[in-house]
Amino acid sequence: MTATRAHGSGAGLPAAFLRAGSSSFTEFVAEVSPEVLPGRRLAGTVPGPAATGSAGELSPHATTLIAASYDGGVLMAGDRRATMGNLIAQRDIEKVFPADEYSMIGFAGTAGIGIEMTGLFQVELEHYEKIEGAPLSLSGKANRLATMIRGNLGLALQGLAAVPLFAGWDEAEERGRIFSYDVTGGRYEEHQFYSVGSGSIFARGALKKLYRPDFDLGAAAVAVIQALYDAADDDSATGGPDLTRRIYPVILSASAAGVERIAEAQVAQLVEAVVAERMERPDGPRAPLR
Amino acid sequence: MPFYVAPEQQMKDRADFARKGIARGRSVVVLHYADGILFVAENRSQALHKVSEIYDRIGFAAVGRYNEFENLRIAGIRHADLRGYSYDRRDVTGRGLANAYAQLLGTIFSSGGEKPYEVELVVAELGTRPADDQIYRLTYDGSVGDEEDFAVMGGSAETSAAVIREGWVAGLDLGSAVRLAVRGLASDGGPSVPARELGTDALEVAVLDRTRALPRKFRRIAGERLAALLADDGAPTGPGEPTPEPPAGTTGGGVAEKTLDEVPLPAPREGSSEHAGEHAGEDAGGSGDGS
Repeated sequence: MTATRAHGSGAGLPAAFLRAGSSSFTEFVAEVSPEVLPGRRLAGTVPGPAATGSAGELSPHATTLIAASYDGGVLMAGDRRATMGNLIAQRDIEKVFPADEYSMIGFAGTAGIGIEMTGLFQVELEHYEKIEGAPLSLSGKANRLATMIRGNLGLALQGLAAVPLFAGWDEAEERGRIFSYDVTGGRYEEHQFYSVGSGSIFARGALKKLYRPDFDLGAAAVAVIQALYDAADDDSATGGPDLTRRIYPVILSASAAGVERIAEAQVAQLVEAVVAERMERPDGPRAPLR
Repeated sequence: MPFYVAPEQQMKDRADFARKGIARGRSVVVLHYADGILFVAENRSQALHKVSEIYDRIGFAAVGRYNEFENLRIAGIRHADLRGYSYDRRDVTGRGLANAYAQLLGTIFSSGGEKPYEVELVVAELGTRPADDQIYRLTYDGSVGDEEDFAVMGGSAETSAAVIREGWVAGLDLGSAVRLAVRGLASDGGPSVPARELGTDALEVAVLDRTRALPRKFRRIAGERLAALLADDGAPTGPGEPTPEPPAGTTGGGVAEKTLDEVPLPAPREGSSEHAGEHAGEDAGGSGDGS
């Protein structure tokens, strides 16, 4: 009986399930059922480097994400657009998710890979927590994610790259922390704020002028909405707030109370106020010269 | 020269062996209460659990040999996580898991080669409605029972069960259910022996709580919360007494919603008129004027 049928039919627990092993879900699956892991099915089916770009264009791309720390936590926000070449593939995609009780993950790049990586990462953290009876440390989670990205390097080189942004509340250090990654799995801790994706340059530039470390959650939420607006202003792949369809950025926060999502009605209120201000001054708030 | 042993005798010997091993430990009680399913174990270890989470709505409790049920617990988590990852979280069911355990335990019990597992398990699942809640009880030989109101395993299970049977009614609130289970565990010496004293550090308590907003319904109750539940020995409160909940797990896509205390709407900017005309239409909105 193959491993696939063993779990597919649900008949009993194969011997591999009872074997002593690590607490990692990914390692376990790689042993008993590797075909369900992200990338494994795609590896080898995508044309080589000669066709780079075309594989990327065939698949929707998720765009801008921002993480910013505030007094007592860290928040993460994402716009809602996915593009496919010059087309808008989806207007209301969500690219920021809770990874577990105290951390959040978002991704930019190839949507299919990013969503699958996110799903696997969530199971990985939950699996570890259930088996060990205690969650991984925040740095442990960040390192685990780096390993997963490294596993996708082959596909990334073929044009199917997804780059996550990870942030969470570090219970041991009692502060919010932000981690960024590159496609080779390099892991970098960021301070104060960071942004990834196609509009990230503009978002980071905007946030640089607006950010203050003593922000409370509400002020930080306004700042990231402003930054996303600026990203959408200059990057066609980033979606601005869609007032007619009522599609607004997703904003999650992680603090000592755990991961929470700011109620959509309140995000709507904040976005509408920001847009109303921009009616007056399209470039947004003005920073003092010195 | 090998002696002939009748199959009946062989099975009986194996069953006796397993039963003895299981009866050596302390008991675990699993019962339905108003908001879901409650697990109470007598367990002085904070590290080695007898009760644990398998999946969103599935809990696990075991008695007997620790390394054996720990192995089964991990296999169950692997089974559930792999299935949920390959298909969907809703496709992980307590019935499927109970069947998987039953087949494994049954196969090991009747194969002559290995010694039988000295364990007894409960797989409990929260249904969408209270009537769909299930407590499956599995024994060392792989037989599965669907327990109606409660299950007691290990130690002097029969004596404890008798106490709980007397006190159990449908729709017990959490506090009453915990106290009933603890009374059952403490009276395992029989009616003639005074009940033992079981404090919070001798108990492992967890619930599958239907009222929890997040997908993962399992949570442990320990420390002050448990002490409060044990102490509150007054008149039984109505079913569904609300209990404060600590921050909750959110893996699996669900997330609690946060409402900001005060929405920081931007104040009208001072001196906006200074820059009038810098951008066409800057004054057209007029909402920020006059401050």
